[in-house]
Amino acid sequence: MGGFQEQFLRGLETTVLVAAISGTLGMLVGLAGAAAKLSRFRVLRMIADAYTTIVRGVPELLVILLVYFGGTAALTALVGSYVEVSALWAGVFSLTVVFGAYATEIFRGAIQAIPRGQTEAALSIGLAPWQTWLLVILPQMARIALPALCNLWISLLKDTSLISIVGLSDIMRVAVVGAGSMRDPLTFYLAASALYLMLTSVSLLTFRLVERRMLAPLH
Amino acid sequence: MDIALIIESIQTLLGGVVLTLELTILSLLIGFVLSVPLAFMRASRSPWLSWPVLAYTYVFRGTPLLVQLFLIYYGLGQLAFVRESFLWLLFRDPFYCALLAFSLNSAAYTIEVFRGGIQSVPPGLVEAAQAIGLSPTKISLRIVFPLAFRTVLPSYANEVVGMIKASSLASTVTLLEITGLARKLVSETFAPYEVFIAAGAIYLGLTFLASRLFNLIELHLSGAPPDKARRPWLLKLRQAL
Repeated sequence: MGGFQEQFLRGLETTVLVAAISGTLGMLVGLAGAAAKLSRFRVLRMIADAYTTIVRGVPELLVILLVYFGGTAALTALVGSYVEVSALWAGVFSLTVVFGAYATEIFRGAIQAIPRGQTEAALSIGLAPWQTWLLVILPQMARIALPALCNLWISLLKDTSLISIVGLSDIMRVAVVGAGSMRDPLTFYLAASALYLMLTSVSLLTFRLVERRMLAPLH
Repeated sequence: MDIALIIESIQTLLGGVVLTLELTILSLLIGFVLSVPLAFMRASRSPWLSWPVLAYTYVFRGTPLLVQLFLIYYGLGQLAFVRESFLWLLFRDPFYCALLAFSLNSAAYTIEVFRGGIQSVPPGLVEAAQAIGLSPTKISLRIVFPLAFRTVLPSYANEVVGMIKASSLASTVTLLEITGLARKLVSETFAPYEVFIAAGAIYLGLTFLASRLFNLIELHLSGAPPDKARRPWLLKLRQAL
């Protein structure tokens, strides 16, 4: 493949890095979103509803294009001369927003699946509300949310390929450049497919193991 | 932010809706036709039937749609048997490349959705159908599939919404559907916010309509009495009048 192996390896690193950062930040957004959706305050619920409805109804590619080109336009206006947003951070930001919206729905569903008695019991033995959340709700919620989070993580991994369209040097970008310069698209795109398939397979196996561990003591 | 420009952009971008819908609906139809028999194979107890289909869904669900699209659009032309046959007439056109990629991808997801539904049909119903002498094909198509479809309708609706959104990738192979037109418009007007927000609004409208449509189908198939099937706001409106 004419020395492209090394580039693919670096692309793999970038893909994993972008996915890991967006996934971590997206989880935090998701937790905040779920808390807002279940909050007593109507304004918070409305904001969270608008957020998930809009983001989940619009293509991921469009979010990335909006953040990248919109961000560039905003920065340029701010600085006064042409400034380009880094594809990496525009991508991380976009995918965090997308991941967060889906994670919000997953966490909200998982929290609602926990019987109310759990909260009541925790409060009645004198735990503070934050302790109730941290020690009683979150651990139970994590178990319920895990399978859906696994699916979400896998679509995040695949969605990172869209950032290559705005120039991120991930696996996909290396494949596009290699396919063009070596005039051999089949080989390069098959290689990229193999790498993505490896990433999703490793993720699936890892989630399986974690799931089994989490379920073990209860059965 | 220029509201007038957003409205103007929406008018221009509406020209791409037809192509977006064409790609989405055709891919969903082809995906549906492919996935019904394959889902039965996937749900079968015989590994000879189930495993090849599992390999197909695993690969197509485990790799990005963008890679699949580029593999077909740029890669197919490298194969001599494609280039030297009638297939080339089809696959040198980006529309058919996108259609093939989307259909195969959609089929993979739909197979797994339908498999879940098929496996959730109580075995007693199949046994009853066998007892009254229905042929296996008839049992599959008249008993198992309709029940399975009804169970998985919400998941299938998600798949439909996903396909509307995924069709935006067609813009990467030069097709001028909503996203393609939006990118062209941005390079002409240098107004990324207005144009992409306009495009987002159109997609939001389309996905909203699709999920509404499936809600109605769900209510209809659930056999709810007409009064309950009506949406609450309609009832309230009636009472108010």
